[in-house]
Amino acid sequence: MLSSVIVFPGSNCDRDMAVALEKFGFKNSMVWHNDTELPKTDLIVLPGGFSYGDYLRCGCIGSKSKIIEKVIEFANKGGLVLGICNGFQILVEAGLLPGTLLRNKYLRFICKDVYLKIKNNSNTFYSKFKKDIIKLHIAHNEGNYFVKNDELKKLQDKNQIAFEYCDINGEVSESSNPNGSINNIAGVFNDNQNVLGMMPHPERMIDKYLSGNDGSLFFNNIKHKLSI
Amino acid sequence: MKISIVVTLKKEVLDPQGKVIQQTLQNMGEKAVFNVRQGKYFELDLNENNYEKAKIMAEEICKKLLANLVIEDYKIMDNS
Amino acid sequence: MSISKEVVEKHGLTQIEFQKICELLKRAPNLLELGVFSAMWNEHCSYKSSKIHLKNLPTKGKVVVQGPGENAGVIDVGDNQAIVFKVESHNHPSFIEPYQGAATGVGGIMRDVFTMGARPIANLNSIHFGSPDHSKTKNLLNGVVQGIGGYGNCVGIPTVGGETHFDESYNGNILVNAMTVGLANKDKIFYSKASGIGKSVIYVGSKTGRDGIHGASMASAKFDNKAEEKKPTVQVGDPFTEKLLLEACLELMQDDSIISIQDMGAAGLTSSSVEMAAKGKLGIELNLEKVPCRELNMTPYEMMLSESQERMLIILNSGKESKAKKLFEKWNLDFAIIGKTTNTKNLTLKFNNKKVGEIPIDLLSNKAPLYNRKWSKTKLPKKNSKSKNLNKIKILDSLKRIISHPNICSKEWVWKQYDHTVMGDTIQKPGSDSGVVRIHKTNKGIASTIDTSADYCSAHPLTGGKQVVCESWRNLISVGAKPLAITNCLNFGNPEKQKNMGEFVECVNGIAEASKYLDYPVVSGNVSFYNETNEKSIKPTPAIGGVGLIKNIDKMITMNFKKKNSDIYVIGRTNGHLDQSIFAREILGEKKGPPPEINLFNEKNNGTTLLELIDKNLILSAHDISSGGLLIAIAEMCIKGKIGALIKKPKTLINPIEYFFSEDQSRYIVEINNDNVENITNILNKNSVFFEKIGNTQENNLFIQDELDLSIDEIEKLNNSWFRKYIN
Repeated sequence: MLSSVIVFPGSNCDRDMAVALEKFGFKNSMVWHNDTELPKTDLIVLPGGFSYGDYLRCGCIGSKSKIIEKVIEFANKGGLVLGICNGFQILVEAGLLPGTLLRNKYLRFICKDVYLKIKNNSNTFYSKFKKDIIKLHIAHNEGNYFVKNDELKKLQDKNQIAFEYCDINGEVSESSNPNGSINNIAGVFNDNQNVLGMMPHPERMIDKYLSGNDGSLFFNNIKHKLSI
Repeated sequence: MKISIVVTLKKEVLDPQGKVIQQTLQNMGEKAVFNVRQGKYFELDLNENNYEKAKIMAEEICKKLLANLVIEDYKIMDNS
Repeated sequence: MSISKEVVEKHGLTQIEFQKICELLKRAPNLLELGVFSAMWNEHCSYKSSKIHLKNLPTKGKVVVQGPGENAGVIDVGDNQAIVFKVESHNHPSFIEPYQGAATGVGGIMRDVFTMGARPIANLNSIHFGSPDHSKTKNLLNGVVQGIGGYGNCVGIPTVGGETHFDESYNGNILVNAMTVGLANKDKIFYSKASGIGKSVIYVGSKTGRDGIHGASMASAKFDNKAEEKKPTVQVGDPFTEKLLLEACLELMQDDSIISIQDMGAAGLTSSSVEMAAKGKLGIELNLEKVPCRELNMTPYEMMLSESQERMLIILNSGKESKAKKLFEKWNLDFAIIGKTTNTKNLTLKFNNKKVGEIPIDLLSNKAPLYNRKWSKTKLPKKNSKSKNLNKIKILDSLKRIISHPNICSKEWVWKQYDHTVMGDTIQKPGSDSGVVRIHKTNKGIASTIDTSADYCSAHPLTGGKQVVCESWRNLISVGAKPLAITNCLNFGNPEKQKNMGEFVECVNGIAEASKYLDYPVVSGNVSFYNETNEKSIKPTPAIGGVGLIKNIDKMITMNFKKKNSDIYVIGRTNGHLDQSIFAREILGEKKGPPPEINLFNEKNNGTTLLELIDKNLILSAHDISSGGLLIAIAEMCIKGKIGALIKKPKTLINPIEYFFSEDQSRYIVEINNDNVENITNILNKNSVFFEKIGNTQENNLFIQDELDLSIDEIEKLNNSWFRKYIN
């Protein structure tokens, strides 16, 4: 299985993502934002970080990179595209995912473990997560997901919501919402469910020494899905 | 009345955002743009109908809160 | 143009110093040259008041690869890996503009580390603010925390540890000390020493603006009410450019292009070029019209003294210029050849082919005045006689007040704003005794901690100096790390005042004594004097940044209680020393008396014995006893583990209050399996370490017969609510 991690100036989870992908059996290439061709790949990942310092709007300038045209082409052909944190922000700015990511409700950067409810368990990325609730880590300043009501309804109807912030028991409520996201949304799919953007960082939870291991489930699931 | 205020970084202070926006515009083919400064825009609705008086109030507000005078300048827009 | 008295003063030089410059030059300097001298001769660059005392610090040891004098210290951690680390202050800029001041402080210290070829792997910080009810404190706290986060988060280096303190002595002069720990290959460390003649001097990074002109002089100037008018000199940080510069420099360091490299920090182009030339015993010629400028019509004077951030000076091997240029252009960074090394041993400054200044390098780097300033000794204060009846004080009330005190309570509000998990190797987060990051793709861990003890240092600087080093050592031991070396950031008042100078001298001597005894050498550091406003100085606040190694991260220890029904032991003797404790200050309202005594033999013995127990897998959890005393340490272990404890009152004659709240040193709390008791006590006895059992872990509550029965949830709430209440 082949993966590609796009590196933007200011990406800072690119290495972490490559480490994770390799750990779970991908042969990964790093792709520079200014490149005009993608290598042969089964999965494209837009990693976390602060592409272009998050200047102007987070993800905005990254979405104008040359390689993004190719990423859009790849996605439109049904290829798997995953955006984590800043990568999610870029996918939204590039128009591959609906909605937008506003500043956190309490106007502060927030770095902590969160629980996520898995809302969609059969899609192009993963299926049969053995758990309904997983623990991952978030670290962002702009993770407050927003869509207009009619779009939200569309997301719900088409089963495009991937994860919601919840508490340890799976309760989705105001108090388990770390950033003010509408309906506690932590990650969404596109229409065809081959593009996924999410704020939490699965690549930071891939071994027992880190504060959890649920990121491993995530990657194993993608791998499993790709190999069938 | 409505008072509009623009706060920008002082001319001599580095504007990292402006710099990146300018470079991006260049890369997108807007070669004529050689400098960009980014700022913040505020609209204040004031219970005051005299523009001159409102301007003085706005001036105070800028100094007190809206602008960080260490690194920023403010400009109160003409009433039009 | 002749130089007036006022101009000399504005440059922070005395008339005597100016005379000395004229004598050394055998002529009067022009304004540009005066500016260069002022930058190199001020306290920040020349260490003129501190140098003779800093010589007392032990700087050598088995693990030391590079001691003080370079951009950062370097230690050997085995397997051809080296740890590069340093702490620096950014106090004055942060008081003037907290966000940018703190941000650029973080940026500067990271550059010091990656300049040496190390990728930063952990950031820490020690921040001190005035009293919480002082009008400026809240804004300063907000600004500094967001500035540290804004910069470090963007560059993508985890902030894994630190401390936040409040004390009225910082009302007019906050402290922002930032520390960075980096990882390099031991055989690929880059130094600032230039070599070879006719080699290109390269400028890379951001453009030069009029930022912070004379920042280094400001950092060594005391504040008065007009401090705010000094505002325009504050620099703005650009973490995005820093990230690009980091990647570009590390990429260029892959081969042998670089002869020497130096960050343009305080005093910018001046100090970087002079230091490189001085270390190589060479001259350097700069063509200033080639310096990339952000603003029009910048003068040579402004270029030489600008403190614009995110810039580096590099001396390249011949023929490597075009390759390097391409690399920096790929990262969208400025690249310019601005000069060359020469054999003149002079700093030669040219502007549009005209010579505008020339100074022998030696005068700038070695001939700066050195002062043996007068200082006064602080006598050990007399022990406070027990003026108040301790028996009337309730343990419960005291625990509640101390656990929620701003200097003791959980700092989660602060560190949740710092990305502490980026890079995917953080295995012990902030809020622990030490932050621990795994060395990427290995089973080794690097523990780091930063500590201060201003109350102790203020009461008795010599003891205080020793204590901070021991505290740092203990914090590393508590996570199972072998302490290796330290960096220090010496924050003091005005060295021209005997009292302040005395505090400095004695703290340094205390640090020297403890670090020598513990074989815990000082490999880098920074002195920050003139921390005073309107003649009122801060408490002496040396910050010690310690680094330790965990050879096998499977043996790392955390402080949270692990399970019910384990035994809880105290290692080290409790004598009941309350003077200078939080309890004495907050509950008794008593500020007099000596700090707790430091016994270096016990310190070392207790610490190394605990490491032995950890190595033999006999310890479930450990936590050092520091501010607040024994009961606070236990409460913290309960909170972290969500497990209760049943604690027995002392059997000895000691008063329970003294027992539970005294701050006697060299002590640890450990949780052990009851099966291991015999094995453990044998080792402790063999090493003559004092220990006692004080209780057991249990479900839910922290309990002391007749005194205390509090649920862990309740204690956690008390511990965790101060910041949120304060900010909202």
